[in-house]
Amino acid sequence: MPARKPTSKTGSRPQQGDDAVRAQLERTLHELSNMGPRSEPSEVVAAVESVMATVQGDLSAVNLKLYAEIEALSRYIANAKAEIAQVRPDEIRTTHLPTATDELEAIVGSTEAATNQIFEAVEGIEEIAGALDEATAQKLTDHVTKVYEACSFQDITGQRITKVVKALQEIEQKVDTLLAAFGEEAAQARAEREAPQEKTPESPADADRGLMNGPASPGEESVSQDDIDALLASFD
Amino acid sequence: MTTVDMNMQILIVDDYKTMLRIIRNLLKQLGFNNVDEATDGSSALQKLRDKKYGLVISDWNMEPMSGLQLLKEVRADSRLNGLPFIMVTAESKSENVVAAKQAGVTNYIIKPFNAATLKTKLTASIGQF
Repeated sequence: MPARKPTSKTGSRPQQGDDAVRAQLERTLHELSNMGPRSEPSEVVAAVESVMATVQGDLSAVNLKLYAEIEALSRYIANAKAEIAQVRPDEIRTTHLPTATDELEAIVGSTEAATNQIFEAVEGIEEIAGALDEATAQKLTDHVTKVYEACSFQDITGQRITKVVKALQEIEQKVDTLLAAFGEEAAQARAEREAPQEKTPESPADADRGLMNGPASPGEESVSQDDIDALLASFD
Repeated sequence: MTTVDMNMQILIVDDYKTMLRIIRNLLKQLGFNNVDEATDGSSALQKLRDKKYGLVISDWNMEPMSGLQLLKEVRADSRLNGLPFIMVTAESKSENVVAAKQAGVTNYIIKPFNAATLKTKLTASIGQF
């Protein structure tokens, strides 16, 4: 919202009044500065108007400079809010972070399941080794041992992924703080984005990207190999 | 000559079932078949107080009770404080090793580890077998 300039008044002011106005302006500027980007542009304008209403007589050069600075501050806050709203912090909170966390947890689940399958296989090999001559059994056992050692990757990757999930949770908290400060602007930006717009033609690359979703996460719709085969057969 | 009771009960503690299975299988290959499991420090402590064990092999990073806390509880318990305690963990910073040593750890193995390292640390902790 553009700031209104106060009407100039005639007559001179005593120096004491000038100082009081300046002091009040400085206090107001200080308070607004402490509020940081949370301050509303309308609050800035209202504060300025309130101060300027007390002015008796012509504005001094210092007053005008202060006023211009406050006006610039007001514009800066408005622009910052608009830019943050465009970053879509609400989507980060509601879509991107939960998806990333789910995918990472699915990785841990998948590697654990695969590792257990490997264990089943090598434990079976160990049982067979027990029925063989000692030298052959030892060779088999040595190889099985290497498989066990290699399988510790699942524990290590699991721990690393847990660290990443914790980092994502930290980010989630920061985004929550951001949303608390700019929720209104973000909601407005979302409403504008979701408003019906003219559809632009999709490029082949965009269409291709839309098909690249990676493996289905647990709970997501997925199809079996049998389903795929049946689908392919339906084209024959 | 074996100086170690190969029938001793060993408690392995880790919140990853994969790691429990790896350690159990490696111990079996080394001749230790009496292996019990726990998935965090507090359940491990309960088992240690309920049953006689000859060795603890524990992970560090677990909830709600960590391996370090378990170690401190073991060392503070007059009936358990002589128990050999091996920490097997991915926590490889020197400050971790120092903290574990100060808490009374018998030996420390960094993940990922191999069977040879496990055997070496077992021998150093409980004797030649």
